[in-house]
Amino acid sequence: MKHATRKVVGLSLVSLTALAAFIMVAMLAFILLDVVQGGWSHVSWQFLSQAPTDGMMGGGIFPALFGTAALTLLMTLAVMPVGVLTAVYLHEYARPSSFLARAVRVAVANLAGVPSIVFGLFGLGFFILFVGKGLDHALGYEELHWAQPGILWASLTLAVLTLPVVIVSTEEALRAVPQEQRTASLALGATQSQTLARVVLPGALPGILTGAVLAVSRGAGEVAPILFTGAAYFLPDLPTSLNSQFMHLGYHTYVLATQSPDVEATRPLLYATVLVLLLLTFALNLVAVLIRTRTRRKAAAGH
Amino acid sequence: MQEQDLAPPVALPTLSHAARRRQLKEKAIAALITAVAFTGIAALVLILVFVAKEALTLVTDAAAREEASFSKMFLPQMVRKGKPLGYVWQPVSNVPKVSMIPLFIGTLKTTAVSMLVAVPLGIFGALFAAEFAPRRLREVLKPTIELLAGIPSVVLGFFALMVMASFLQETFGFTSRLNAVVAGLGLALAIVPVIFTVTEDALTAVPRSYREASLALGATPWETAWKVVLPAAAPGILAACVLGFGRAIGETMIVLMASGNAAIVSWNLGDSVRSLSATIAAEMGEVVVGSPHYALLFFIGVELFLFTFVLNLLAGMWTKKVIQRLKGGAG
Repeated sequence: MKHATRKVVGLSLVSLTALAAFIMVAMLAFILLDVVQGGWSHVSWQFLSQAPTDGMMGGGIFPALFGTAALTLLMTLAVMPVGVLTAVYLHEYARPSSFLARAVRVAVANLAGVPSIVFGLFGLGFFILFVGKGLDHALGYEELHWAQPGILWASLTLAVLTLPVVIVSTEEALRAVPQEQRTASLALGATQSQTLARVVLPGALPGILTGAVLAVSRGAGEVAPILFTGAAYFLPDLPTSLNSQFMHLGYHTYVLATQSPDVEATRPLLYATVLVLLLLTFALNLVAVLIRTRTRRKAAAGH
Repeated sequence: MQEQDLAPPVALPTLSHAARRRQLKEKAIAALITAVAFTGIAALVLILVFVAKEALTLVTDAAAREEASFSKMFLPQMVRKGKPLGYVWQPVSNVPKVSMIPLFIGTLKTTAVSMLVAVPLGIFGALFAAEFAPRRLREVLKPTIELLAGIPSVVLGFFALMVMASFLQETFGFTSRLNAVVAGLGLALAIVPVIFTVTEDALTAVPRSYREASLALGATPWETAWKVVLPAAAPGILAACVLGFGRAIGETMIVLMASGNAAIVSWNLGDSVRSLSATIAAEMGEVVVGSPHYALLFFIGVELFLFTFVLNLLAGMWTKKVIQRLKGGAG
């Protein structure tokens, strides 16, 4: 190829890739601008602290905020011990080449790719119809008590969904703990579990927290898995027990966007709800990023 | 971690009572952690088992077998007397029609649109980030894409439904406001970050020596990127596309909100469509538990699980391949 042609082809290829990157950033900016512009003026203390009124054409989103928070809190309590211990097994106990470790890795990678709606079906089939029914039977309830959609089943379903997130980020956190610290602890006569509890896990704590925050931000936005496991269309009362149904910001968004009798009237409410949901997930992501960069800098300084 | 390797192969001295108890405790803790690690495998197996279990009535129950047989799901059926054979999804009517073909076509159409948009955007964007962008710009670009990945799909569905649908209808004059193009573009927003991130990882995994060798031979930076780095990372990029494809097939909320949800057999991208995942989400609420329709929705879940499972296995294999190839080549 001639020099000039090479230059032209090169320049056009590079600008093409730059254009692609620009389009992605522009799409994000456009979505954010649209949501902020549409929702900003409607977000107020009253909006955040009141229940919906007038058939969801007025009022606020407090039950949905509360439901989302309660749901993700329960989910985190369920997923963290399992996720962290699995990562500890993979990084501290198993030989990397062992069959079990490889099988766990493949399973976790595939779990991350299971469609979210299939998690919803699983929650219904396993938690509600199998575990819930079994519980009702064992506890002698005459009517449905556990064998119905509720916040416990929805959060356990989400816990299974976010398990890969926690495992992957905890493993990364364990990898960041210097090997010398383990060796030193073992050399001083500590057992493996003592080393784990007093040296490795405290060292990995910031990274583990990052995983928790990422799981929460992922779990808080998922709607498909809670469609049939506990989310309620309209429920001004807050959930009072583990088998209550609950309102949810994402599900509320879906309902307002698709089932409203008067789209124009609900538009400000809808935009404001979306803005709150976005701010919530972005704030969580930001916290995760901040913890991660701080730990990395610390780790880099320590070496 | 390597205690076993260090232990000498000679007879151990007899341990004191306390030491033996401590050893026992260590073994118990290790066993507990190993047991918990099975949860991931158990979850995957339980998902398949319990979704398939609810679909099983399609095989075991005679009435369900009659109403929703496999030939009715996949072969053309007589819909009305005197009319040609066709494919209709209408599970709640006097005579339920349960052809999966309109749902397959709908899923394929939205997925195809999203891939057509997201694959070039994601790969070219990753090429820019990994090869051409100045360091400063790259450090802004990556977190921005992560932010895009952090948007919940229900928000993307809302955006496709409220903003993109009207804009696209005014621009292209679609007969139905909600259609495969709107849903596909919404999906593209969801899978672009996946394709970008995995491609970028594959590109940065290519050793510096490859680039230096190419540049030393007189190739320009773009020739190096296009003819050396890109081919070297090819399996990883393929994996990125397969992962994105799997995500697009299974994604529910965007399609549910922006596709129009009409099970029509047509290859026109401007028509409303109904996807497999959206069908589950839309119909599970009103279905009678245990009915053939209910079993059918779980059967769709099994299909989605198996599709995405195979795609994920392939993607995993290809990711491993790129690492092996680069390690072998660079060594």
